[in-house]
This record gives sequence, structure tokens and C-alpha cells, in this order.
Amino acid sequence: MTANVTIRIQEADFDVAKEISALTKGRHDIGAVVSFSGICRGNENGEAIAALTLEHYPGMAEAEIARHAETAMSRWPLNGLAIIHRVGRIAAGENIVLVLTASQHRQAAFQAAEFLMDYLKTNAPFWKREETRDGTSWVEARDHDDAATARWTKS
Amino acid sequence: MKVKYFAWVRERVGKAEETVEPPASVRTVDDLIGWLSERGETYAHAFETPRVIRAAIDHAHVKPDAMIAGAREIAFFPPMTGG
Repeated sequence: MTANVTIRIQEADFDVAKEISALTKGRHDIGAVVSFSGICRGNENGEAIAALTLEHYPGMAEAEIARHAETAMSRWPLNGLAIIHRVGRIAAGENIVLVLTASQHRQAAFQAAEFLMDYLKTNAPFWKREETRDGTSWVEARDHDDAATARWTKS
Repeated sequence: MKVKYFAWVRERVGKAEETVEPPASVRTVDDLIGWLSERGETYAHAFETPRVIRAAIDHAHVKPDAMIAGAREIAFFPPMTGG
């Protein structure tokens, strides 16, 4: 069977259980699904965060995620994957991003999910603005995210 | 060519997109940043630290030395913070 690939950028929340059943429905070749949900923390370094507002580059965001999905498919034996990224205002405790990877065995699914998340964080054109008591400010990129992405290119 | 700005680059420039006609001497992404920076205070502020600015040509990431000839859309933005 061909791999089932879903990529969506949306304002609405997603239902993790529904997305997993959409990915695996009618198939008996999948032995493992790994699910990663990124959630808006209500606290950053001791400071309360009310919400994040996600801005993205329409067109490029989809294209960039599709490129990473293709790389993951060529690198691991995946039966399918789903990447859903929310945009707009996301309150503390709400979902931001979902990555699902499906494979015959768990190792490929675990590794591909981690690879996709590392690349999403550093290469997909999304920007977070956080709301605190003092106002709003752009979230700064973190060096450890770049380091996490770089390890996938090491031989 | 169309130029787009995102996140704090967009806020500092004061617009999300515009169409520009740089002279032929503007050949690379870096040249374009230099040329845009000369357009006024808001641009100079947006591009004051060129090494932190990321660029994309026609929806794909490029390095500062990438040639801009033939580009339909060039975007400038800060390091990404999605996921």
C-alpha cells in the first residue's frame, strides 16, 4: 500500500485519536504509530504565559513541511505520517502541533517523529509571539534546537 | 520581484509585502538586504543585524550569497520558532 501523508496548517484544534485512526484506517501493515503533541506551556522561566500567537508563511510552510516529510519517507520505512500545525492565537494548555508517524516497527516511527519535530522547529517558517503580564514579545530561537536538528546530518 | 516580510522583520519594516525593482548591481540576497537597508529608517532597523535574518527564494531557504536573478518572491524573516 502507498504511504498515507497528511499535512495541514489550520487555526482549529485537532483531535489526536481521530488523526491516528485516519492514518491507520483499513490497513494491516502498520505495527507502530508514534504521536508527538506540542502544547502551549503556561510558564516560561518562571514567567506566566497566557497564550502564543503563531504566524506562518503561507505556501512556504506547506512546501517546507512536505520536503521534510519526503526526506523522512526516504530515510525510514514509513507507512504514513501526519503533520498538523496550528496558527493564530493558542492559549496555554492548548495544542500547537501534531506529528504522527506510522511504520511496521517502532524504531522507524520513533526516529522519524523526532527527526520531523527537530526540522519543524528550526526550518519550517512559523514564528511564536508570547503574551505575558507585561505585554507581548517574539519568542527567540534557541541554539539547542539548532543542535538537535544538526545531529541528523552527522554521519 | 515581490518581497515579503514576516514576524519582527515585518513589524520593523512596517509592511508585509511589496514589489521592488532593484538595479542590476543587486545580485545576491545579501546585496538586496544592503539595498533595502538604504530605503529608510524602518528598513535599516529591520536589517540592522543581517546575520540573524533568514531568507527564502520562491518558498525555499537560501543562503545570503544566493543569486536573486529570476526570483519571483523573496522573503525575509527572523530565525524560526515553530513546532
